[in-house]
Formats: sequence, structure tokens, C-alpha cells
Amino acid sequence: MTGSINTALDVLCPMHLLLSQTGHILHAGPTAQKLRPDVDLLGLRFLEVFDLKRPRAISTMDDLRAAAGMKLHLRLRDAPSTEVKGVLVPGPDADQCIVNLSFGISIVDAVSDYALTSADFAATDLAVEMLYLVEAKSAAMEASRKLNLRLQGAKIAAEEQAYTDTLTGLKNRRAMDHVTARYATWGTQFGLMQIDLDWFKAVNDTMGHAAGDHVLQTVARIMVEETRDNDTVVRIGGDEFVVLLPSAEEMNDLAAIGARIIDRLTRPIPFQGKECHISASIGVAIYEPSGPYSVAEVLDNADVALYASKKSGRAQLSFYDPSLRAEDQDETADARRA
Amino acid sequence: MHGLINRAIQCFVTDAYGSEKWLEATRVAELDFVEFEAMMVYDEALTPRVLDAIAQVLDRPRNEMMEDLGTYLVSHPTVEALRRLLRFGGVNFVEFLQSLDDLPDRARLAVSDLHLPRIELREHAPNRFSLVCDCPVEGYGHVMMGILRAMADDYGALALLEHQGGGNGTEIISISLIETEFAEGRVFDLGARAG
Repeated sequence: MTGSINTALDVLCPMHLLLSQTGHILHAGPTAQKLRPDVDLLGLRFLEVFDLKRPRAISTMDDLRAAAGMKLHLRLRDAPSTEVKGVLVPGPDADQCIVNLSFGISIVDAVSDYALTSADFAATDLAVEMLYLVEAKSAAMEASRKLNLRLQGAKIAAEEQAYTDTLTGLKNRRAMDHVTARYATWGTQFGLMQIDLDWFKAVNDTMGHAAGDHVLQTVARIMVEETRDNDTVVRIGGDEFVVLLPSAEEMNDLAAIGARIIDRLTRPIPFQGKECHISASIGVAIYEPSGPYSVAEVLDNADVALYASKKSGRAQLSFYDPSLRAEDQDETADARRA
Repeated sequence: MHGLINRAIQCFVTDAYGSEKWLEATRVAELDFVEFEAMMVYDEALTPRVLDAIAQVLDRPRNEMMEDLGTYLVSHPTVEALRRLLRFGGVNFVEFLQSLDDLPDRARLAVSDLHLPRIELREHAPNRFSLVCDCPVEGYGHVMMGILRAMADDYGALALLEHQGGGNGTEIISISLIETEFAEGRVFDLGARAG
């Protein structure tokens, strides 16, 4: 009787074990035996080969028999200590019991660890289908991941283009809005310079647009050279620039950088054997995360300071002060009266 | 047609004939790009146009070229993952043949928007079969011929295949199995994952 049942079980559940009343292994299904190819499982005590993880506190055969029908979480005691799932039923003879095992989620490692083939699983077992799915899904995920990487690269390139002023290679106004919004979110303090070129229109008018373009490109290079890597140099219009300086938030630093830019821009720029003469006026304001001004207001403050620089003779740098705004308003009022 | 199919066609041309031929084919087919993305879906009309262009560029009969494509799909190292996935279908060639009915469903389990044409295996005798393939693209039966030939080799089986022609969007392949264990075949290790 037991013999024919064993034969049937070897086909239906090749990973089963038949246990005696004392918990010794009487028969091992062909796949169960593959778990320990170098050891004859017959005669060994089940609980010496397997460590029962759940349900806890089972250490005797009586406890184990009482857990019949429950899902058992087991682990092989020796290496490789694969985790397996199991279920125990009484029979076929009195005092015997059958434990059927399955790899559960350990299946992927188990087929490698124990060199299993399709023939080691019951024809009705979904293990091979699961392996198929794991492999198919990994391949599909890999293809998707590659596509995502390429799309991400294309997105970065497109953004880079959308954020760049094509003539000078500097950042454009969109980029500036993006960077200032980020600083505002992060609570980063930064210095902000509004820079206007002086006499640029004269260069354009007398020496032509090619000279004008050359001057703008040279100016852009100089501004980049005189600022640090994490500063942002922006061309916001024809001859108008903004520099965001998160690394220079002290007035002294800002004044020094501004002075160097003015100094270098005041030197003649050679173009096709002639010299282009320009200079720069700068207005500076500082954005403080906890300060009273928004980024837009700081930009406007720097503009007021820039106007003060232009008014006091160009090639100057001014810091924003609320008093400048009062003067500005007085003059506007004067202008209106006149 | 799914990008995976178009991409496989592209890999076939570049791996077997070089990227120059592929570029030429994209020009003949008047694609406005040169790379198919595996995980995107393309217009149905594109695939037959590309196949016609490839046959023209390679100066080969289209059916022969389609069969080579099928052979490539299961035998070239670039697409080893595909061979492995097909081998999951069965432990021997006959089991593999019997698993072909499930192929479109298996493909859809892996990639939900990948729709492969229906195929149906008819068993006439223990060693005589015919495979009825739905052919949304003319010549798909020839691709299946190439796949079957290469899979028979893979399992070490000796089989005679014949394309019986077709019509109304189906093509029929007759399969005569001479010997199931004719040669060693290639090893299929369940645990070894294609890289």
C-alpha cells in the first residue's frame, strides 16, 4: 500500500517526505532528495535536517503533527540553507505523516543551487512558468530601463537647449527663473547682479552686427571666467545680463567680482583689426530666504541699483538701498512735472 | 506593430549584414528614423514596408529572408534571451510544438501590449503535425519555419519542414518529425539567466 502511494506521490509531489512516528524520514521524493544530493536522507530525523521557522515553538514530532494542514516555513539547517514552504498531513499508515515541500519564492536561487530541471517539478507545478515569467519580466524591464535612460538623456539635452542662449552659450531667462525658483525652495541665499553693457549700441551701429555678436560672446566668456562654477550667468536680453551668485553672498565678495568684471569689460575688445570699446554698469542686490523681498523684488531692486550706477557715470557698481528707490521716485516725479 | 518585433528585425539586419545595410533599408523604406525602440509601439504599416526594403537591399527573395530572420531569432547570441524563453515551453521538441498554441499568451504575460499572431498546432499522427499561423504580415509563416528549424536543432531533433502556402491571412507549415533525439542539442539550464 505504502509503496504504490509513494510511487504516486513521487509523480504528483516529487518534493515530499514520508515520516515515521518518531519523525525519521522513511521515503524522500526524487526532488526532495536533490536538496541534499550527497546525503542519504532516509533514516535522518526531519527536524534535524529542517529548522522550523514558523509556526514557532515546535520542537517535537507531537507539536509538528498537531500543526497538520498549516503552512510551515522551514529552512535547511546546512548550507545552502534554502528556505522552503511545507504542509504536513497524517498518513498513509497510522502514526506516519507526509510533508510536502515547495521552494516558494526561493525558486529562482534554488534551481541554480540544486541544478534542477523541468523534470524535477510535477507537470502541474507552476514553478517552470514562474521561472519563465521572472526571466521574461527581467528582459522586458531591462528593455524599458534602457528606453528610459535614452529618453532621460534626450530630455536633458532638450532642456539644456531650452535653457541656453544660442549666441553666447549662457543660460537664458527660462533657466534663470528655474534656478531662482530652486534657490527660493531650498532657502539658498544668493547675490544677484544686473549687468548692462555701456556703449554697446554704438558698437552695433558703427561696426556692424558681426562686431556686436563678437562683443557679446567675449563679454559672456569674461563673465563666466570671473565667476565660479556654481554661479549662473544669464543673458536676459540684447545687452542685459544677470549673474546669480550663491557662493558670494557677502557684499565684499560681490563688490570684488563686480569690479573685476567692469575692469575687464572696459578693456578694448579687438575685432577684425579694430577695437570695440564698451564698459559695464552693475546693480547688486541680495536675496535672503528669510528677508522681506521675493526673488522678483530682488531682481527689481538690482535693477534700481543698476539705474543708479548708470546715472552716476557708468562703469560703476552700486548696491541696492531703499533710499535709491526714493531718489528714483523723486526723479520720476520731477520728470513728470517737467 | 510592437517595437520588440521591429527592433528584432533591425538587430537581424545589423548583426547578420552590418549597420550599413540597415541604414540603407531605412532609407529605402523611407523611415524618418534609424533606430526602433523596443518598448514603443509603431504603426502597423511600417513593418511590411521595412521587410520589403530589407529584401530589396539584401537582394534576396523575401520568403528566404523571412526564414533567415526566424533562424536568427533563436540562434544568435544577441537574442539568447528569446531562445531561453522559448525553451521554457517544453522539455523536448514535441512538447515545445505543443506549447506553441500558448505562445501569444506567454508573450502577453511578459509584455502586456505585445500581440503575437495566433498559431495553432494540428496533430495528424504522433510524428506528423501542421502549424496554422495567422499572418498579419505576409511571410510570417516563413519566420515560423526558421524558428522551428532552429528550435529543432536546439532540442537535437530531426524534423522536415515544408511551407504549404496559404491565403486569407493564414499560412500553413507541415512538420514531419523523423527523430526526437537525433543529436545532443543545446543545453538548457533552468537557472542560467541570459545576460
